Amino acid sequence: MTTPLQHDLDRVLAGMAARLRATLEERGITAPLMIGIHTGGVWVARCLHQLLGIEEPLGTLDISFYRDDFERIGVHPQVKPSNLPFEVEDRHIILVDDVLQTGRTIRAALNEIFDYGRPASVLLGILVERSGRELPICADVAGLSMDLSPSEQVKLTGPDKLTLSLKRVK
Amino acid sequence: MNTLKNLQLDATGNLRHFLTIEGLKRQTLVDILDLAESFANIKAQAVKKVPLLRGKTVVNLFFENSTRTRTTFELAAKRLSADVLNINITTSAASKGESLLDMLHNLEAMHCDMFVVRHADSGAAHFIAQNVAPHISVINAGDGQHAHPTQAMLDTFTIRRHKGDFGDLRVAIVGDILHSRVARSQIHALNTLGVGEVRVIGPKTLLPMDHRSLGVHVFHDMESGLAGVDVVIMLRLQRERMEGGLLPSEHEFFQRYGLTGDKLKLAKPDAIVMHPGPINRGVEISSEVADGPQSVILEQVSNGIAVRMAVMAMALGRQPGAETGRET
Repeated sequence: MTTPLQHDLDRVLAGMAARLRATLEERGITAPLMIGIHTGGVWVARCLHQLLGIEEPLGTLDISFYRDDFERIGVHPQVKPSNLPFEVEDRHIILVDDVLQTGRTIRAALNEIFDYGRPASVLLGILVERSGRELPICADVAGLSMDLSPSEQVKLTGPDKLTLSLKRVK
Repeated sequence: MNTLKNLQLDATGNLRHFLTIEGLKRQTLVDILDLAESFANIKAQAVKKVPLLRGKTVVNLFFENSTRTRTTFELAAKRLSADVLNINITTSAASKGESLLDMLHNLEAMHCDMFVVRHADSGAAHFIAQNVAPHISVINAGDGQHAHPTQAMLDTFTIRRHKGDFGDLRVAIVGDILHSRVARSQIHALNTLGVGEVRVIGPKTLLPMDHRSLGVHVFHDMESGLAGVDVVIMLRLQRERMEGGLLPSEHEFFQRYGLTGDKLKLAKPDAIVMHPGPINRGVEISSEVADGPQSVILEQVSNGIAVRMAVMAMALGRQPGAETGRET
């Protein structure tokens, strides 16, 4: 069963952008890079990239080759290529994903980024931070927080009009 | 053929061994090509490795020498973070009289996960796949005159990168088709992927009798065979064929079937020239063409790494249950 959620995502994204700007200022970071995680994270990152007026192009990451469940589920052939059109070495990075649950995707994304170089710092921006963490990872900026049971899944659809929905899985 | 087909796939239809193109669905081949495309991007990373096969051990079992194939398999496994063991059988226990099965069981006892097999006998990889422990995957790296499926996949990968859709293409394979496992696998792969027309060009003594069942058009001269083709695949002429009396001389072969700049003009102006290597300059191909702007021979070598990574990842990452959603 899927229920649409009525959040005004434009407002949520504007709020995230404002808080990211404040965090960057606080840390004295002037020229950050942004990387979105396929697929939903790239949609969110595209909006934030524009709202923050970041000049360098948006980077995209597909973490399929860095997942920790390869033995169980194999590798999906439709892996989207990762594309980081910049050097990450010594740069400040804002990493963006749509939903933070277990933290395993972020663990994999950090590993992949470090295979491109050693960034100066990484900030994590998440549209929906939800319960269910399995690793010591938290968002620096989260648009929404939800307390959900393990049988509930929050899903972002896009890319034209971003909307959230809640799905109950048995 | 039926057992061979089932042997390659697990109960859910996923690749378990990779022994031959025959019996595989178009979608499986497309999956390999798509995954290889993603692996081809890894070269942009400072660390040219992904951790997919960390903790797995891949054994290169080469009963027949092949530097290029062995090194690209080795690099592919290493870029997937697997450990690699290279066993050159001519210098190993086989020469001390140990049986093949005894040797396999010893390697199994060392907890290896994949055998990459190259053998001069047709069916060798198939035999090994039938006799290994259930957790081991076998990849055929060339068996006798039977098959060389990863070569066929890297060739179709190279063609797709240059030409896009397979449907409208005319592909010509030139040379010793009869004795070539490369040609046999290429023909199966090209037909499975829906290539418009596959042609084979060569002297009668070097073409198979069953070309109709292979789904190819046969030509005995380059002039008509190369007309209007998009891809020219040259095969290596094995010199030992000359001794068998199937061919008059290298010189005459080059005159009739060697690819020169003039003959290449018969193909489409944007045709690409391929060769599985190693090339015999002046026997099947002139240096002018091998090093010319239409040649993609070295690209084939690079693509071989990405394609072999894809096949290894698919064979070792099999899934017992249905795929779950992506964790967040």
